[in-house]
Amino acid sequence: MEYFAIVIGAIFVNNIVLAQFLGICPYIGVSAKVSTSVGMSGAVLFVMTLATIVTFLIYNFILEPFNVTYLQTISYILVISSLVQMVEIILKKVSPELYQALGIFLPLITTNCAIMGVALLTVQNEFNLMQGVVFAISHAAGFALAIILFAGIREHLDLMDLPKAMRGAPAALVVAGILALAFMGFAGLV
Amino acid sequence: MAKRESNFVNMVVTLFLVTAIASFTLATVYNLTAEPIAQAREAKRQAAISQVVPDFNQLETQMFLPPGGGDSLEFNFAYKDGEMVGVAINTYTNRGYSGEITAMVGLDPQGTIIDVVHLQHAETPGLGDKIQKDKSDWSDQFIGMDPSVNNIRVKQDNGDIDAITAATITARAYCDAIQRAYDTYKKHFLSEQQKQEEDPVL
Amino acid sequence: MNQWQNFSKGLIKDNPVYILLLGLCPALGVTTSAFNGLGMGLATTFVLLGSNFVVSIIKNFIPAKVRIPSFIVIIASFVTIVELTMEAYMPDLFESLGLFIPLIVVNCLVMGRAEAFASKKDTLSAVIDALGMGLGFALALTMLGGLREILGAYSIFGIQLIPGATDGMLVFVLAPGAFIGMGYLIILFNYLKKKTA
Repeated sequence: MEYFAIVIGAIFVNNIVLAQFLGICPYIGVSAKVSTSVGMSGAVLFVMTLATIVTFLIYNFILEPFNVTYLQTISYILVISSLVQMVEIILKKVSPELYQALGIFLPLITTNCAIMGVALLTVQNEFNLMQGVVFAISHAAGFALAIILFAGIREHLDLMDLPKAMRGAPAALVVAGILALAFMGFAGLV
Repeated sequence: MAKRESNFVNMVVTLFLVTAIASFTLATVYNLTAEPIAQAREAKRQAAISQVVPDFNQLETQMFLPPGGGDSLEFNFAYKDGEMVGVAINTYTNRGYSGEITAMVGLDPQGTIIDVVHLQHAETPGLGDKIQKDKSDWSDQFIGMDPSVNNIRVKQDNGDIDAITAATITARAYCDAIQRAYDTYKKHFLSEQQKQEEDPVL
Repeated sequence: MNQWQNFSKGLIKDNPVYILLLGLCPALGVTTSAFNGLGMGLATTFVLLGSNFVVSIIKNFIPAKVRIPSFIVIIASFVTIVELTMEAYMPDLFESLGLFIPLIVVNCLVMGRAEAFASKKDTLSAVIDALGMGLGFALALTMLGGLREILGAYSIFGIQLIPGATDGMLVFVLAPGAFIGMGYLIILFNYLKKKTA
């Protein structure tokens, strides 16, 4: 039941993009096509889960015991950026197909605040490791849901006869606003 | 000046120096701000306490477990000239729309609510943040309520509390926090007293 | 390019939020009121100023291959300084900005200016660039925050505009209003950019 609440809360009620405003850069940046947004979602799922596990261990076994939690920001960002590099190198060797699919998105992920945001939220909510992993996976699923829906709409948007000033980013943002409005309907599910 | 070469020694030394200087600076800033941060938190707690209990000149803090499990609550007993005038209870609920809400509930010795102020919340601005005293007078309706007589629940749940328009979840959560404070107080202090009143000594 | 142009480019022509589309997360996340927008904008300006300054000074001592990790450490240090200072002296603002303070570290704007500008230019230019970009960011956030506060709560910087009317069009304070408001501000800035060009 507890896990169920975490999952529904993360995917629908507090959707990472549409309610918490994390990961907006890739949301606007790589959502022009459904296929690229699927690739990005895969990369986010992968890195977000790994990053949450590693930062959880660092927080609970290094920062907290040594009473240096003020180094949280600095250590998290270093861990996340080196993790992304490592994943890139390992993926290239172990699974070239997966690298083909996710490779170009990995460098973009370091500056994706969704990764760091979820890592910080895991600490803030005082989750244990298992809850943190479920939390990270469901947030990644929420990201995927939001960006793939959005890309589907944007593909159609390109064919519309919009006023010139609205084309591109402004139209995309207004659409995102309407999607956010739709997601507010999930309020109170948990 | 020419750029330094990227050989192994140079890279290791540079990274080591950069991180060493950074951690040293942060440790210094942390030590400098540790005191003001603690003071700011304490000032906030004190302000909340004096808002929900009458004038006092002595404060005593103790932790008590709520009935039905959960984290223990901080009770701040306020005494005026040796007599207890009220207790400020630092209570919480996890049922908020966006997670935990903490509040300071003031009860008089009989358990009647003197006042309630929120401490921390992450509720929606413009809707759920009406629990804040500076945003709305919504939380004033708790003043003077006696949880043993009044039903601290929103009207939708057959209680006596008007919910916040479009933020029933938040209102429900706030009631939950207040009820938890009262239940804990009742469990540890009221039950014996009331038992005596209800069953006069034979 | 003279220093005045270097400074003023961040305000409209290369406004980080509305023209370059950088740092959108905090721009949408914290701008429920003009005051929060301004606070976040100034905090980011401080980080930008500090990191640009330090990066431009030590750029020749850093081997090219470890440049990015070094910049990350420098930026993260300034972010933590802002975090601690704000918690100590402005606890209310710290609370309302919340998660987005540590997230300044992943704001592409800060990293972008360190990498693309400060690591190549002299210190004075780097500082002026940081000031211009930072204030442009602060301007952007204050405008979006102001817009949302005026429409959503009929107030600006906490001052009521219509006596007695406390509930505005709530949708603007909530998430959808952030996206929609920003969409229209982008149109405005594109127009201003064309006009001034």
